[in-house]
Parts: sequence; structure tokens; C-alpha cells
Amino acid sequence: MVSSGAVSGPLTLASSDFELFGIPPRFQLDPSQLELQWKQLQKQVHPDHFSSQGAADKRLAMQWSVRVNEAYQRLKNPLRRAAYLCGLNGAPIRAEDNTAMPAAFLMQQMQWREDLEEATDASAIEALQQQMAQEKRQLLQQCADTLDQQLDWAQAAQTVRALMFIERFEHDLDNRLERLDNN
Amino acid sequence: MALLQISEPGQAPDPHARRIAIGIDLGTTHSLIASVRNGVAECLPDAQGRVILPSAVRYMGNGKRAIGHDALAAQAEDPQNTIVSVKRFMGRGVADIANAAQLPYELIDKPGMLSLQTIEGEKSPVEVSAEILASLRQRAEDTFNDDIHGAVITVPAYFDDAQRQATKDAAQMAGLNVLRLINEPTAAAIAYGLDNASEGIYAVYDLGGGTFDVSILRLSKGVFEVMATGGDSALGGDDYDRALADVVLTATGRSLSNAADKSRMLTSARACKQALSDSTEYVFQVELSDGAINHKVTRAEFEACTQHLTRKTLQAVKKALRDANLQSTDIQGVVMVGGSTRMPHVQSAVGELLQCQPLNNVNPDEVVALGAAIQANQLSGNNPNGELLLLDVIPLSLGIETMGGLVERIVPRNQTIPTAMAQDFTTYQDGQTALALHVVQGERDLVVDCRSLARFELRGIPPMAAGAARIRVTFTVDADGLLSVDAIETNSGVQARIDVKPSYGLSDDQIAAMLQDSFHTAEFDKNARALAEARLEADRMWLAAQSALNADEHLLTTEEAAAIRALMAEVLAAKTLDTPATIEAATDALAKGTEAFAAARMNDGIRKALAGKHIGAM
Repeated sequence: MVSSGAVSGPLTLASSDFELFGIPPRFQLDPSQLELQWKQLQKQVHPDHFSSQGAADKRLAMQWSVRVNEAYQRLKNPLRRAAYLCGLNGAPIRAEDNTAMPAAFLMQQMQWREDLEEATDASAIEALQQQMAQEKRQLLQQCADTLDQQLDWAQAAQTVRALMFIERFEHDLDNRLERLDNN
Repeated sequence: MALLQISEPGQAPDPHARRIAIGIDLGTTHSLIASVRNGVAECLPDAQGRVILPSAVRYMGNGKRAIGHDALAAQAEDPQNTIVSVKRFMGRGVADIANAAQLPYELIDKPGMLSLQTIEGEKSPVEVSAEILASLRQRAEDTFNDDIHGAVITVPAYFDDAQRQATKDAAQMAGLNVLRLINEPTAAAIAYGLDNASEGIYAVYDLGGGTFDVSILRLSKGVFEVMATGGDSALGGDDYDRALADVVLTATGRSLSNAADKSRMLTSARACKQALSDSTEYVFQVELSDGAINHKVTRAEFEACTQHLTRKTLQAVKKALRDANLQSTDIQGVVMVGGSTRMPHVQSAVGELLQCQPLNNVNPDEVVALGAAIQANQLSGNNPNGELLLLDVIPLSLGIETMGGLVERIVPRNQTIPTAMAQDFTTYQDGQTALALHVVQGERDLVVDCRSLARFELRGIPPMAAGAARIRVTFTVDADGLLSVDAIETNSGVQARIDVKPSYGLSDDQIAAMLQDSFHTAEFDKNARALAEARLEADRMWLAAQSALNADEHLLTTEEAAAIRALMAEVLAAKTLDTPATIEAATDALAKGTEAFAAARMNDGIRKALAGKHIGAM
């Protein structure tokens, strides 16, 4: 079950997410395998297994359990996984101070935002959601190509930044839908 | 103690020492206690054979009080001193109570949490809850004729940090060793899922007397993974009663003038509501001080006046589905929990939304306590082959106040716990040496719309230019869902830390003092108790070390193993002495001396998990 990417050194809290889960540091992975691994690891380290033990065990279990959850959350989410891989390979995303995006993408963004402004019912918002899902699929495919085939980390980081725009917009769509639902 | 039970997860160091573990459902209207006996979870009855304890406490003066059925019996004649639905007040101020005017109580506003004025003075909701818990603890002690090792207490999934902390304090005050707080819908899922050997994605719809929760869980091979949770911690059957009472008052042109009438009206409304679950019409009857009311109510009328409440619950279900990234068709079944789910219109509304027949083959009153008992049994190490694993989530986002009264979210809702998340902040003035941190919980963007959990200060930051300091704020949420916050200035290493405790003014010492005052059952000598506890801890530590050596001595060099054995011998020697401090010192030394071994075993356990080997087979 262990893939060839498993590490040989001792695992510590500072091991990478991939090392911790015993999988190769690649973008493409099997989500159901990842989930299985997460549960296997939690069965070993979850504080519930140490509740009748002493304080030091509980603390250690808590630290490991937190670490395993942190790694799982990051690996499970394709966008965060891509960002993490870029960082590991020396191309951090730096979303807060690197907002330079291609003009075409920015224009597209503005168009979507206008569409949201004009949307009055749930079906219009759902249509936008579908558009976003498709856009996201394409960009994630690009991530897979640049990260796993071309090993072009800088290019992948650019794609991740575009995906972050889309994710934020999807969040706004959700909020808008929820407000409509509550009225 | 620093040894890990990697090889036999969940097993007590001494397999023969079976520990009595209980699960308690501390409900708004009813409370229950359950325990696993002979492998089966069952609710424990009182001397009269009743499993349900009404969550009611009556203060009668001179230190006398009545709990449960006895308290409820006197509700109409002594409404001010008969506290019911106290769960609604846990961790809440007067301003949080929507219908304060309708209640027969005198509420006193206090920082952090309100108090109730009774014949015996002010009572905090924590104290009232502790009375209920102590009564249940007594029931368990009578049943087993033994001490209780520990308890799992359930809380609504949607309880915030203040409400959870208040519940834990109440349990502590009742003399219970809290193994874990678990969420009610998760407890229900355990009892239901294990009973029916269910696998797949299930929803739990839990409408109790005063709270509403919905959780979406994935069940697979003993792992209960909560995917999302939602709800309203101030919405329940009580609200249906009140809505019905209002409609009847309006229709008959009557009003309520005193506490006794308020109390009678609500009791009659509940009876009417329950009757309307079985029949389509019912005559609402109540004897008020200015004359009786006899008014016919149809089921359709009742449904119409409570429809807005049901709709609110459905919105929470939809939101949880969205949070879990699921469609209603992904749900295989919906488990109905809480007495309020007996209402036919609630059943049909939920079934329609989730497009499946609600699952009713569990007792909606008992299922939460049963699940808690199963988890308590597991946590106590009584179930060596147990593969049960709960992966629960935090229901509400946690954040910190930033400039302009805005919330910066640090832990988003529905994160699997335990979790730790950090965010960096900086100073906004030149030479600023302190930073005030305000911790809040909730989904809204403005601080005023969220619940304030704690305030603390990071002091002693060396003077720097504005924006030069780098303050890392870390939120840690433990497996009970309770929060602690650390702040550190990373350039200088200055740090501050707070366990988020609601500021209702009960310190641990005060809780200990109250514990002795209110629930003092036997005289005990402080030193004798300290000695007994020190010896018990020494035994536990020694046994844990022994079983660790048995299982994993191969991870140590001969010298390392010898060093541990020497420390173990010292523990045994210290145990024969009568000084708790000496025993504790030896126990601590063994704990310290085995920390590296513990870490190595943890590592080994993780490796085995990665290799996919079944650990039990090693």
C-alpha cells in the first residue's frame, strides 16, 4: 500500500504532508486512498485513544492529531495542495503581495462580477456556479500538467492565483444564494 | 504519564480493571444516563424504573431541593423556584434570552452568564445543571454500587465555546470526571450506526426541547466522520409550545399576569402539542388565576402557527449540505432524534427535503445517551477491540477582532478537530508595546454580531516601527471542541496565552469549594485523598510502562530499557511511603524518562498505519 515516495527518515511533526501520508509529492492523487490513510493515521494518534493516559501522552496525541488533520485538509483540497507543492518547490504563491494577473483574466473576472450584480434569481446564480465549476476544472487540469509533467512551478503558481480568484467568487455566489434562500 | 498505548489502542493498562463509564444526555427538557453493561448500552432507570429525569430543579430553602419529577410536580405552585429548561441559559446573558418576559423567573444580568434569583439566593445555570448531573451520577453509583470512572456528556453540536465550557464546569461541579464532551447528533449516529451496521452518508436531524442540530456524517468501518454540522442553539420544542400558547391567548383574548399562569400555560401548550401528534384536534385546557381556557385547536392550526420554526430548521439542513458539498440525493438516510421530531409535520418536511423516509427505529429520547455511553466505554479502555473513531468538527468559525470592528476568521466552521490554525498580525503604531486581542465566534463579519469569547493582551513587545512586529496568533481547538489561544511576537519571543474561559466568574477554586458544599456525600481527609490519588496515578503509570515494554521493547537499546526499569522500580518503592509528594515525584520521573520512548512508539504506530498493516496483528 505504501507508494514509492515514502520517506526513509523518522517522521516528525515537521515532516511534509506528503511524507506524513506516505505518498509521492505530486499533484495528482487518489482522494479515496488519501481519506483511508487519514483515518488510519487518526486511529493511531487521535486523543480519544489516550483519554485514560497521562498528560504527556494526551499532549503528544493532540499534537499529532492536529498535524495529521492539518496535512489532510491541505492535501484534500486541490487548490491548497497545488499551492503547497509550489511552496515546497521554491515558488510560493504570495497571494497577498502578488496580484499581477493577465489582463484577459481580469476582464473575465469583471464580467462575472457584473453578471452576479445583475442576477436576480437562484437559477441565474446557479448558472454562474456551473460556469465556475467548469473554469475550475480546466485550471486544475493545467495545474496537474505544470506540476506533474512540466515541473514548471512558477507557471503553476500563476494558475493557483487564478484559481484563488475563482474560489473567492464562488464563495460570494454561495453567500448570495443563501441570502436569496433566507428571504 | 508518557507512554502510548499504540499496540492496543483504547485498552486499559490492566485489562482486568474494568472501569465504570457513563454517558449523559443533559437535555433541555429531559436528561438521561446510560452505560454499557455486558456489551450492550442501556439507559439506567431510577428506583421507580423511570429512565427519563426531567431537567428540573426546585429550590425549597434551607438547602433543600427537589430534582426531576418531584421538582416538576411543584412547578405550578412554585414557579419562580422551579427551574426548567436551564440549558437555554448556559453561557448566556439576559440579552441573549429572546423571551425573557414570558419566563416565570427573575433573571439577573451578570458578566458572561446570567443568574436566577431563587429562595436560596442567586443560582448560576452551571449550578442548576450540576444538580441534575449530580442526581444522575448518584443514580449510576447506586446502580453499580461503585465509583464512576468517567463520563461523556453530550452537548448540542451548535453549542459555542461558552456553552461548552459551562457544561464542562457543571459536570466538574457535580463531581464527574469528564472524559469528553461530544455532540448530540454524533452520539446519536454512533448508537444508530453501530446498531444498524450502517455505512455511507447519513444526516442526523436533532430537534430537542430547546436546541436544534443537524449533522451530516460519513460512516465507514467504525469511523464516524462529521462532514458538516449546523443548527440553532435557541430553537426547539419549547418554541413550538410558546407559539401555540400565543395563538390560544390571542384567539381567546386573554393575557397572563403572573408567573404561575405563565408556567401553567406552557405546560398545557406542551400537552396539547403532544396530543396533536396522535390526533387531528384537541381541546386546549388550562386553569388560570382569572378563569379557565377551553379552546379547540386543530393540527392544521398548530402546523400553521409553527411552520416558520420548521422552516428555520430546514434552512440549517440546506446550509449543512452546502458546507459538506453534497446534494440532498447523496443522503442515504436521516436519523430523527429528540422528542420534537415526533411531530408529524416535522417528519414530513424533513423527509420531503432530503427525499428519504426518516429513520425512526430508534427511541428518539434515548439514542443520544446510548451513543455517549458507547463512547465513554471506549474512552475508558473497556473495549480493547474497539475500532470506534469519532472525527467531529467545530460548528462555528473562530476569529479575532481587527481594525474597524471587523472579524478576521482564523478557524473556519466545520474544521475537523482537534485543530490548530495560525495567522500573523502586526502593530499599527510606532513604538507600540502591547496588543489587545479579542477572540470571537460566529459567522458574521462584524464583531458586534458575533459572540465575544475572551479578551487578552500581549504585553512587552519591544518598541518597533508600525508594521515591523510579527505577531503570530494560534487558535487550538481540542477534541472537546474547546479553544485556547496563543500569541507570540516572533522577533522577540514575547508571548501570551489564554484558555478561553467564559468570564462568569467561577474560578477552579470556587468550583472545588462549591463541589464540597453542595455535593459533599462523605467526609474525607484531604491528605488521605491525595495519597490515594498519587498511588492510583503511580499504578497507572507503572502499568502503562510495563505494557509499553511488553509491546515495543525492541524500539529501545538495552541501556534505555534498563533505565526505564530502574525508574519503574523507584515508583514501586515510593508507593510504599505515605508521602504523596514522593510518590508524585517518582511518577513524574518515570513519565519524563519514558517520553522519548512514547514518541518512538507513536512514530512506529504511524509507520504501521502507513504500511497498511493491521496493528492488532503485529
